Amino acid sequence: MKLFEYESKEIARRYGVQTPRGVVVSSPEEAAKVAEEFGSVVLKSQVLVGGRGLAGGILKAENPGDAYEKARELLGKVIKGERVEKLLVEEKICISREYYVSITVDRATRQITYLVSSMGGVEIEELARKYPEKIRRMSVDPSIGYSPYMGREAAVFMEVPWSLSNQVDQVLSAMYKIMVDYDAELVEFNPLALTCDNRLVALDAKIIIDDNSLFKHPELQALYGRGLTAYEKKAKELGFNYVELDGDIGVISNGAGLTMATMDAILYYGGRPANFLDIGGGAGRERVKEAVKLLLTHPKVKTLLVNIFGGITRCDEVAHGVLEALTETGVSKPVVVRMLGTNEEEGRRILAEKGIIVYSEMDEAVKKIVEYSRGG
Amino acid sequence: MGILLTRRTRVIVQGITGREGSFHTKLMLEYGTRIIAGTSPGKKGQTVHGVPVYNTVGEIVREHGEVDASIIFVPARFAPDAVYEAVDNGVKLVVVITEGIPLHDELRFINYARRKGVVVVGPNTPGLMTPGEAKLGIMPSHVFAPGGIGIVSRSGTLTYEVARELSKHGLGVSTVVGLGGDPVTGLDFIEVYKMFSEDSLTKAVVVIGEIGGDAEERFSKYYASLPVKKPVVAYIAGRTAPPGKRMGHAGAIISMGIGDYSSKRRALEEAGVPVAETPSQIPFLLGES
Repeated sequence: MKLFEYESKEIARRYGVQTPRGVVVSSPEEAAKVAEEFGSVVLKSQVLVGGRGLAGGILKAENPGDAYEKARELLGKVIKGERVEKLLVEEKICISREYYVSITVDRATRQITYLVSSMGGVEIEELARKYPEKIRRMSVDPSIGYSPYMGREAAVFMEVPWSLSNQVDQVLSAMYKIMVDYDAELVEFNPLALTCDNRLVALDAKIIIDDNSLFKHPELQALYGRGLTAYEKKAKELGFNYVELDGDIGVISNGAGLTMATMDAILYYGGRPANFLDIGGGAGRERVKEAVKLLLTHPKVKTLLVNIFGGITRCDEVAHGVLEALTETGVSKPVVVRMLGTNEEEGRRILAEKGIIVYSEMDEAVKKIVEYSRGG
Repeated sequence: MGILLTRRTRVIVQGITGREGSFHTKLMLEYGTRIIAGTSPGKKGQTVHGVPVYNTVGEIVREHGEVDASIIFVPARFAPDAVYEAVDNGVKLVVVITEGIPLHDELRFINYARRKGVVVVGPNTPGLMTPGEAKLGIMPSHVFAPGGIGIVSRSGTLTYEVARELSKHGLGVSTVVGLGGDPVTGLDFIEVYKMFSEDSLTKAVVVIGEIGGDAEERFSKYYASLPVKKPVVAYIAGRTAPPGKRMGHAGAIISMGIGDYSSKRRALEEAGVPVAETPSQIPFLLGES
């Protein structure tokens, strides 16, 4: 779960990391008031999607009137599908250099790992692609934790003036504590700026919390589900893993890998999947029904493919679930079902009565749904 | 032969009295797995499908002697404790079926186990199985026929789909290993391939990867460097997955520019590993290799 920049900065400050002075606002009037106090300000849209800077989500203002206008422009703006509800209005500060620092989990070494670079302000993806030699990785054994030499090492690599290396030590040490205390997947300060008065300040902050750890953090659990579309929210409430895509063929399958493979096969045979919906294990009548209903009523979904590989799943139950969804929604969109499991014949018969073909081979089912989606 | 598991492997089930634990104990017994006991704190004296239940792993070791392997069905927040209990009682192979374990807990117990020379399969895995010998997992056994193909996978149902395609073409499986769907897992493709390369029964290996992380890229690099190798065919799920979105598995996410489909496919193909477009192509690619 991603935290907003202002939430991440609040946590960072609690751990002793400096950030610019700032106030969260949700109206132009409030923004103007902050500018009265701070003078020149930066207005930053609080959204969870990345790349808001390039999308015009960050604006500067020189005076209260200007701040009012810029805030009006930003509030309500939609950035990559996400509506801006809040702005973080910060004092504009004089900076001389920008660095990159983050801490994350390295899958390969199964360790917690710092990434540091002298080139801050660039997204890490771009940095890694263009200047891999400018990134330094440092592993931390989770049973030992942070050791101060790492701060010195980072300071040298990032070419931070040696007189400020103790500040690097403080920042890196705080990042490790946040990582562990908050069960984070990522803590990133980009840029970490060197100010004209020789302070290290986190100009931007990003914290991602491990979803599986939310039960340990009840105060964060309440925030879960932000940044989701209405359908994503509904799917989450129903307990499905669901992601929206750009195509028009609805996909329901069981298991993350098989669901992705089904989407990929649709693309391979010339169609475009509308979503990823993993119904999970033990797909019974009710769950199938809810999943089918969700997608049938989705405006982007023109046709629907259900692909259930059941070890112990009962196919007659799946069949009833599909039929009940069709009846309850009253929607008539082409549906193709592929299922394997116990009572396959019975399931096949139930659906055949309503004119729905059941396939036992995935490729055949995918070809058919692609044909339907092309109006065949 | 196969790897990691035979019918002689002495197995315990941690969390044996729960719904999943008890159900799969039955299926594993039916398949021939040598389950000697199970644990469920406070339930000592009960039996589950004839298997005696104990409060602790220590009790089992004292009453029944050494344990080779454990399969864990304990809920996420108690699963790390179950792993430590198994490792500290000398169990050398621990299969963690549980999904949803906190990432930092996983980091700690996986590092601990590896340091003690214990193999962790998972977490968030369907387990492993040596067809015709034994099953230490939750996969539907009827789709896996015995044979010479090793399977190592990050997925569950997709693995069953592939095994079914193999069976249709008369190809059986030596051992199937589910690495698990989380970002950090006890084993990786390289380690399991090494085991397969030393196994006389395994003639070729199927690698089933997915988006997220760079395990497939690391395997490709390793495989390309080998002077002698067994044929490998791969399938990667998630070609249509958008970046930044978690596709069901905690580990299936393209983040910070790492883990997309094309990078994995390119790495595998450059290492001489053919990549199937759909699961149904895998048997044909195996036939060519």
